[in-house]
Amino acid sequence: MGRKPQFIEKDEVVIRFSGDSGDGMQLTGTLFSDTAALYGNDLATFPDYPAEIRAPQGTVGGVSGFTVHLGHSEVNTPGDYADVLVAMNPAAIKANAQWLKEGSTIIYDSDSFTESNIRKAGYITDPIKEENLQDYNVIAAPITSMVKEALKNFGLDPKSVLRTKNMFVLGMVYWMFDRKLSYTEDYCDRKFKNRPEIAEANKIALRAGYYYAETIEALTPVRINPAPIEKGKYRNINGNTATAWGFIAAAEKAGLKLFVGSYPITPATGILEELAARKDLGVISFQGEDEIAGICSAIGASFAGCLAVTSTSGPGLALKTEGIGLAVMAELPLVIVDVQRGGPSTGLPTKTEQADLMQALFGRNGECPVVVLAASTPTDCFHYAYQAAKIAIEHMTSVLLLSDSYLANGSEPWHIPKMSELPDIKPPYARKENEPYIPYKRDEKRLNRYWAIPGTPGMEHRIGGLEKTIKGTVSYVPENHEYMIKMRDEKVKRVTEKIPPLNVYGDETGDLLLVGWGSTYGHMLTSVKELREEGYNVSLACFNYIYPLPSNVRDVFSKFKKIAVCEINLGQFANYLRMNFQQFHFYQINKVQGLPFTVKEIKENSIKLLEIK
Amino acid sequence: MEDKSDLKYSPKDFKSDQEVRWCPGCGNHAILASIQKALSELGVPKEKYVFVSGIGCSSRLPYYMNTYGFHGIHGRAAAIATGVKTVNPDLSVWVITGDGDSLAIGGNHFIHAIRRNIDINIILFNNEIYGLTKGQYSPTSNKGLVTKTSPFGTVEEPFSVGELVIGAKGKFFARTVDNNINLTTEILVEAARHKGTSVVEVLQNCVIFNDGIHDVVAGKDVRDDRTIILRHGEPMLFGKDRKSGLILEGLKLKVVRIGEKGIKEKDILVHNAHEPNPGIHYFLANMRYPEYPVALGVIRSVEGETYEAAVAEQIKRVKEKSEIKCVDDLLESGTVFVVE
Repeated sequence: MGRKPQFIEKDEVVIRFSGDSGDGMQLTGTLFSDTAALYGNDLATFPDYPAEIRAPQGTVGGVSGFTVHLGHSEVNTPGDYADVLVAMNPAAIKANAQWLKEGSTIIYDSDSFTESNIRKAGYITDPIKEENLQDYNVIAAPITSMVKEALKNFGLDPKSVLRTKNMFVLGMVYWMFDRKLSYTEDYCDRKFKNRPEIAEANKIALRAGYYYAETIEALTPVRINPAPIEKGKYRNINGNTATAWGFIAAAEKAGLKLFVGSYPITPATGILEELAARKDLGVISFQGEDEIAGICSAIGASFAGCLAVTSTSGPGLALKTEGIGLAVMAELPLVIVDVQRGGPSTGLPTKTEQADLMQALFGRNGECPVVVLAASTPTDCFHYAYQAAKIAIEHMTSVLLLSDSYLANGSEPWHIPKMSELPDIKPPYARKENEPYIPYKRDEKRLNRYWAIPGTPGMEHRIGGLEKTIKGTVSYVPENHEYMIKMRDEKVKRVTEKIPPLNVYGDETGDLLLVGWGSTYGHMLTSVKELREEGYNVSLACFNYIYPLPSNVRDVFSKFKKIAVCEINLGQFANYLRMNFQQFHFYQINKVQGLPFTVKEIKENSIKLLEIK
Repeated sequence: MEDKSDLKYSPKDFKSDQEVRWCPGCGNHAILASIQKALSELGVPKEKYVFVSGIGCSSRLPYYMNTYGFHGIHGRAAAIATGVKTVNPDLSVWVITGDGDSLAIGGNHFIHAIRRNIDINIILFNNEIYGLTKGQYSPTSNKGLVTKTSPFGTVEEPFSVGELVIGAKGKFFARTVDNNINLTTEILVEAARHKGTSVVEVLQNCVIFNDGIHDVVAGKDVRDDRTIILRHGEPMLFGKDRKSGLILEGLKLKVVRIGEKGIKEKDILVHNAHEPNPGIHYFLANMRYPEYPVALGVIRSVEGETYEAAVAEQIKRVKEKSEIKCVDDLLESGTVFVVE
């Protein structure tokens, strides 16, 4: 395509696509990421959008953004500050001005910078000047008029023409980063299989944008070479899809049917949607009348011999509380996924937070232990969903898997595993030779009870929420209650023996150990790497197994002068660690803005802590 | 579900080793006996029965059955049973519930199970009171009932179970009285054989907190005149002398006497439980004494696609068409890139 321009080679770049929530920025970002992944870059993405499907047009509240960070080397965060901002309207400038690297490139649709849009965004005349961005590489592209021009003889209605604006701008960005259009063109053909005129219009807009960027020489094209990643097959995947696939894989490995009983709730819905789409693999999905029906149907399915899962977010977890208690009492395998969002109450439905930790650990009546795991990256959602299912089945327990909005919607390339590489999962079925079947008779090592599936002759039994003797007889005997409570507690504690030790990144001794859990991993890892390069003696320990904790935590902690717990809440994990390890002092680094940490924030806070005498 | 008619059970085969702990004189004893009798007649292997319950006096029943049983939490039995039946349509799934369990805290699950027409049998013990919590009014208590939480009488309109079932697009609704074991058994067998959600309302006596609440219609001395037992294909006749009957007058049912005002037996409505249009069933289910006799028997029994069959059918159809046959196929579907 055209003449060969000169390239600048760069190690990494952060691009933020931003516009009205109807401008198609999420799709644009996704297509760009897929193209980059196909090319072999490592990358991480972060979609950030309002709760409203079509928030008031042109307002800052209605801005929908999608950030892609791609690199020639390992990428662990979606990048805090952008090298390139695509702004489809003035509000997108307003929302992102503070997130630009100095001297970055801003492409904006000058046609959308009308007086009324400028005012709606809170500016007076010129957003660029008012934000003091005039020395940046500002590209004012009349995108609206150019797509109109490009498609003028096409016979498309005006609305459909305007819907191709995102393709035009995507074309521009492709030229700037020396990318091929073929993946996106194929996507258009697939997506609009039955409306070839729409597919064609989008492709025309895409190419028009590409040539426009070339013509105006928008930027010296930047080349980010493929990352030197391990050989093998890769795909892009987001956290919700990876979670759903982890369960499907676990069910196949265990030889069980997979049942999901859920109720739609942002940002967890993607898990239910993906599982509902996987009927080809026999997944039985049930969209309940409410959150409670979701978990109770899953408990019923588990009683009937399935791998049963229910997925939700914070408010839904609150509603499922009583159901979790029932599952704990019945000692049936159950996985509950909480894709955390900003709370309390309805809170910030589309934003990320880690503030459901205490709810996950303790939010039930009675002594009600469940295993709690947390995933760290979009791709390891697969691994932890698989592990959650494995533990639930093999230990006959409830497992609560914590994800969050940041992982659910973020995506990154994933080295595709082979089923044959995944560990076995062996359901503890009741055996005939144990006849007569005793419902709460336990395995001596793991303390799990055995699973007798309705339909099996001779194993008829009754279980449920009332306290029982090991034979399943309702019992109010004080000593029996205490005995059963201790058994359930000890059963969950013994999961410790099956989980890996806590890993330390960096030196095993040092001045400061940054401690995190779940999705803060990427930002913390980047921070620690940079701090270490700058000569600070800092290491990282990120927890995925929250309850029970790995057995070596005390050892790890004891080798550092200072420990700081970083989390997206007011200090829930720090308090949990204080409860368990009273001999250590835990500093805290917290943020609760509905956003992930930035690397800068973690580094600055770490340096401050290091300076404390 | 397999139907092995060579299976010979007696009611006692379904008795568990648990001591029955309901109050002496409670209507539940008779209902338990009716259920055990009905199961012995159904020809379904014992291990295929699953009894699921919520919370309340009625919900203790699964412990007394020598079958698979799950005692759930308050109001959620229908949701739990939905999970059981959906993943294993081969099981015969029964929900044992009460007026508080299913019409108050579990109202949502109750109507949605019915709407989906999942093939479960919901046996709703209606004693118009909360028994296990010792005597508070329920959603079926008559307006004005004085209870511990309504010391000056309730000011709420009660639900009618049949009305709710039909409103939720119910396809099977029957009503019986606890002390009529033969009628209850007959209805339970029909409910079990019906494909889809069957709701059986049992007018049940709480001997402690609402004793005699159904006596006004179901008492031994008055029941022939104050109830009508409906059977598909038979005329709607009732009364000790079987001379009373029902006709349709305009848009309402009317009680008439054969031989009076020129009414002949052929004028009496014939019960058609299989009529898809719920109009008459709605009238019949809502008949209240003293204007009408209270309808017992199978009021509505209409065939329709069941939820679990539709789920299984859809999975089968998608499986046949898809190229993804196992998880390895899934992992490598769509856009995959190879790093060499």
